[in-house]
Amino acid sequence: MISATGTPPDLDVLVLAGGLSYERDVSLRSGRRVLDALRGAGVDATMRDADATLLPYLQAQPPSAIVIALHGGIGEDGSLRGLLDLCGVPYVGGDARAARLAWDKPSAKSVLRDRGIPTPDWVALPNDRFSELGAVAVLDRIIERLGVPLMVKPAQGGSGLGAAVVREATALPAAMVGCFAYDSTALVERYVDGTDLAVSIVDLGDGPLALPAVEIVPRDGVYDYAARYTAGLTTWHAPARLPASVAEAVATTALAAHAALSLRDLSRVDLILDEAGEPQILGVNVSPGMTETSLLPLAVQAAGLDFGKVLADLVSRAVARGGLPE
Amino acid sequence: MSGTTQDDYTDRYARRVRGMTTSEIRALFAVASRPEVVSLAGGSPYIAALPLDAVGEMLGRLAAEQGTTSLQYGIGQGTVDLRERICEVMSLSGIDGASPDDVVVTVGGQQAIDLIGRVFLDPGDVVLAEAPTYVGALGVFQAAQAQVRHVAMDEDGLVPAALSEAIAAAGGRAKFLYTIPTYQNPAGVTLSEERREEILDICAAAGLLVVEDDPYGMLSFEGDAPRPLRARRRAGVLYVSTFSKTFAPGLRVGWVLAPHAVREKLVMASEAAILCPSAFAQGAVTQYLTTMPWREQIKVYREIYRERRDALLLALADLMPAGTTWTHPRGGLFVWATLPEGLDAKAMMPRAIAARVAYVPGTGFYADGTGRRHMRLNFSYADPARLREGVRRLAGVMEQELAMRAVFGASVVDAPRRRGPAAADAPGPDLA
Repeated sequence: MISATGTPPDLDVLVLAGGLSYERDVSLRSGRRVLDALRGAGVDATMRDADATLLPYLQAQPPSAIVIALHGGIGEDGSLRGLLDLCGVPYVGGDARAARLAWDKPSAKSVLRDRGIPTPDWVALPNDRFSELGAVAVLDRIIERLGVPLMVKPAQGGSGLGAAVVREATALPAAMVGCFAYDSTALVERYVDGTDLAVSIVDLGDGPLALPAVEIVPRDGVYDYAARYTAGLTTWHAPARLPASVAEAVATTALAAHAALSLRDLSRVDLILDEAGEPQILGVNVSPGMTETSLLPLAVQAAGLDFGKVLADLVSRAVARGGLPE
Repeated sequence: MSGTTQDDYTDRYARRVRGMTTSEIRALFAVASRPEVVSLAGGSPYIAALPLDAVGEMLGRLAAEQGTTSLQYGIGQGTVDLRERICEVMSLSGIDGASPDDVVVTVGGQQAIDLIGRVFLDPGDVVLAEAPTYVGALGVFQAAQAQVRHVAMDEDGLVPAALSEAIAAAGGRAKFLYTIPTYQNPAGVTLSEERREEILDICAAAGLLVVEDDPYGMLSFEGDAPRPLRARRRAGVLYVSTFSKTFAPGLRVGWVLAPHAVREKLVMASEAAILCPSAFAQGAVTQYLTTMPWREQIKVYREIYRERRDALLLALADLMPAGTTWTHPRGGLFVWATLPEGLDAKAMMPRAIAARVAYVPGTGFYADGTGRRHMRLNFSYADPARLREGVRRLAGVMEQELAMRAVFGASVVDAPRRRGPAAADAPGPDLA
């Protein structure tokens, strides 16, 4: 008998962290934090890398459930989740299909827009289109259509890697090259000035719950990789400094995005509150960061919840759900 | 309501650590530690070439038979036994007549550089160093809040005229020249025989100390290395070396040979920092030098590295895109490559990691963040087949990046580093 609030003592949880993506280092930090939190909540947990030894290991000693602390690559693109389904191992978080959709920012934005959920205008372009159609012509059309400033980021990826704000048209080519070093498709988005927010969503058994929004204020104005992962470079306000009605609208929008992308258990919705006070979705993370400076653990704390207990509850739900039938 | 920075100590840190941040390049090196990635980024000796069983027996005896001293505190300067052996090692390089009393044993060459920084540098002082130079030394100089002025090199090492200019430009604020004259890290070049006297004369005339870092001098592939600067001039030269490349870096044993008065200060600085170097590690090196065929082992290392250097150079010649140039080291561990016009080694890193190959972008070796058109390639760790595979992957990455830059016409801007030290662009010491 497993309940969403009581963790059976014989749970054996495997935390997956590392991987080969650009976010390996972040993932190792997330994994270590998740491991400590689970152990702190009395759960028997171990951590390992997602490498060539993983599948044989899962076959030899299948854990009760897996917590995926992998960021980027197989951790988020749905491929590992698909394999876990195949192996019948339960895991915390959205399924393969939902992960694949949320991971690809242009696809996720299309779904959001179709559902009437606001997201900044964008165009997604694979790098070979530029050689095919001529970079100057394509970039000119982008500027003409979206104006400046623009946000350029890899269509797939996280942690601000390969992302750049373009404030003048002349800076666009270099930003595109920087972005294409990380991914073969670039998402070029209208830059929205406003307040950066992140809403973490957890489902502890009573349906998706939006935790208090976290407001992000980078010291140097840019929330890049260093600002995300160097303690002291960013101030986070949890809960965000918003009037109650705005906070509610933000939470509602975030929950709508979570539902639109068919996510489950947990996610993190990144938004910007534009100058008119309207939330616009920038992206949805299926495997949110869990490091010391990550947003979801801050939100959990702001909600007055215990991080380890929340994780343990999510694990219990995954175990109760079980792996996909073979 | 005030937010959190997740660091309650922000206002209390010393000024010297304020620029220290995580970096995306460091994050990419985390991936390079996976076996799927051919790493040309590290600087690790090929320790598997050591007779590990025999070393193991030796270490066992060191504990069993000499444990009461080898596991005890020692003196700050290092054991007399080891300092005597170190003088014998130095005499092989041509440094004759050094007194064990003028040697200070350190925790690797790195601590020797750190001690020199502590003893000589005040905030704002100028250190002259080669362009590019060893990233670990840049870290020491930054921690000492000194300014590094880079001095140009060519294929014969430091350019004497550039050194004279740099000394004049520093206007008396330069404390010393930090130089790796032999098989330089990262550039792989060697200060020519002719220039050695000239560089020493320039420094002597200017009253500038010379800190000679010589970790690679014994790893020569084509005849002996030119004699160290310290072998030519006793006054005004501090000589730093290490057993990391000739024996094993895991023991962390290095040393500095200094004029007597300086030696006193170095010992006091070392005692303040670490009390004393590891007695066990010193015992291990002493035993190794007394009971094992260490000269033959250096020959083994040389042979392995020469073969690997040849493999790397051949692969570069066969596979690199036109416009790429590289140095031809006659010893040491590194080749320094200069990329075709328009390429940026730092910006290209993620593409390289995706192609499962890693290198260190040139920016890691310049205090000012320049060096984007360069990369350091290590040849001591990977075997010849893997080196070639690494170069094959790297060439593909460069071709893609060249095509991308041609499409966008984006040029490389050698802008100063926005934040973080040079070390943010280089891997940690554990990356092979």
